[in-house]
Amino acid sequence: MRSRAVVLCVAAVVLGICASAGGYAQTTMDEIMRYREMLKEANPAELLELEGEELWATPAGPNNATLEACDLGLGPGVLKGAYARLPRYFPDTDKVQDAESRIVTCMMQLQGFTRKDAIRGWHKPGSKNEALVTFVATQSRGDVIDVPATHPREAEMHRVGQELFYRRSGPLDFACSTCHGLDDRRIRLQELPNLSTKEGAQTSMSQWPAYRVSQGVVWTMQRRLIDCIRQMRWPEPEFLSDTVVALQVYMQNNASGVVLEAPGIKR
Amino acid sequence: MRYSFLAGIVSIGLVVGSAYLLATGAVADDALDATVNKVMRDSFTGASPEQWASRIEQDEVQAYCSRFRNSPPPEIVERILELSNKEFRYPLDGKLLGDWRKGEKLASSGRGGHIGTIRPDPPGRKRGANCYACHALARSELSAGNLGPSLTDYGKQDGNSPATIKLVYQKIYNAQAFYPCSQMPRFGHNQWLTPEEVADAVAFLLDPHSPVNQ
Ligand code: HEC
Ligand code: HEC
Repeated sequence: MRSRAVVLCVAAVVLGICASAGGYAQTTMDEIMRYREMLKEANPAELLELEGEELWATPAGPNNATLEACDLGLGPGVLKGAYARLPRYFPDTDKVQDAESRIVTCMMQLQGFTRKDAIRGWHKPGSKNEALVTFVATQSRGDVIDVPATHPREAEMHRVGQELFYRRSGPLDFACSTCHGLDDRRIRLQELPNLSTKEGAQTSMSQWPAYRVSQGVVWTMQRRLIDCIRQMRWPEPEFLSDTVVALQVYMQNNASGVVLEAPGIKR
Repeated sequence: MRYSFLAGIVSIGLVVGSAYLLATGAVADDALDATVNKVMRDSFTGASPEQWASRIEQDEVQAYCSRFRNSPPPEIVERILELSNKEFRYPLDGKLLGDWRKGEKLASSGRGGHIGTIRPDPPGRKRGANCYACHALARSELSAGNLGPSLTDYGKQDGNSPATIKLVYQKIYNAQAFYPCSQMPRFGHNQWLTPEEVADAVAFLLDPHSPVNQ
């Protein structure tokens, strides 16, 4: 616990630097690279991971059940490697689901939560949903991302995701591809991964969910995407909706073949 | 002619566009469009009808640029140029070269227009144009993006003759009037900026006193 407290202090210092930099000075990027190295051994996201682990195994909900029998695609209770193979098609819900929507399904099926209760406050820092995703993702650390999208429903979601990626609309004519469709681009000084290429997608997707130094919180991929959509000046898509899942099928498919290093560390 | 946003680029776009389509064939069909529309209908259930119309539904130009991945074939290029050159609104006082100081503020601010429940802008917050997100402008501002070309010294070469001013005004008003499927937002056309604000942005680029030209 002692070493964790030190880590959090370090993170707070970084946060201070980021908060005061305002103009995203290049030095901030350098600082992040340095702290990333330092934090590799003890990422502050570990706290959330531990919390998720506890939530996973603690009886809860109307059924007073744990999530230990949750089927994330590799069979009930199998966690190792599951996150790296999501999103995928699940016959019981007849839907292509990502980690977040599948965990919510388990909370409903096993624990008896309503959907509304299962996702209450999902975007609040340190929410149950973020803790559970962080825990589940960490169980696949070292596994290779593998989302071939071969099932017909997965293939359809992949095509939808690709279309959405290039779909321009709204008052600034933005699409995901505006910011993430070319190599070596920056908004101000923030580097933008080219998520339409294998290399760019691999660099990014191997790092999620991620501890965000500038905010001092862990963000899941749903949270990340919904914020990019906010920056596009679109309305918010619903949490767990097919728009968000389809984009992940497209990006995880592009990223397939890379080793998952979650949880990562981001600006 | 120094303005690369004039004809030259369009023809490059044409060649690249056709080559791209031949190479990948990655163009949506109507069935896929219908699926995408359904997915969006089911995903953006919190959006009001007004938000749908202004932020999610596509106009004709957005639909072409999406379908052709920003590299439209020749006949679509023509159609986009035609649509985009139809209407420009100008400031009521007729001045297309505004106040560079106001233009500089617009260029630096990325605020405004965020909606939703998580981190919306307060109602009525003034919208910035965030030119620095994509362009280098004044030398003193190092925090500049590179989605668009550098515009440093933009006013130095062709100066600010009325013809130049009008072209640059139109470019900022609707970038696609010169470059179909440009990634640059159509600031005037989409009413993100008022005509007066577009004129201020023009001044930031062309006024000899502007830091862009120092
Ligand atoms: C207006 C620009 C813009 C648009 C449009 C945009 N993004 Fe982003 N995106 C960003 C920025 C800036 C970051 C990095 C933020 C940071 O460093 O904190 C980012 C980060 C990301 C990341 C994480 C990359 C990493 O660091 O590993 C993903 C994934 C992503 N965006 C996907 C998308 C998708 C999918 C869309 C469309 C739905 C989209 N973005 C639209 C600007 C944008
Ligand atoms: C999201 C990115 C983006 C933003 C924001 C943006 N631009 Fe651009 N801009 C571009 C791109 C990409 C080009 C190159 C393609 C083209 O000419 O349309 C460009 C081109 C231009 C050109 C033509 C340059 C030339 O001579 O070839 C001008 C002038 C210009 N932008 C001015 C502005 C101003 C002023 C603002 C803010 C009010 C602005 N831009 C905001 C992306 C952007």
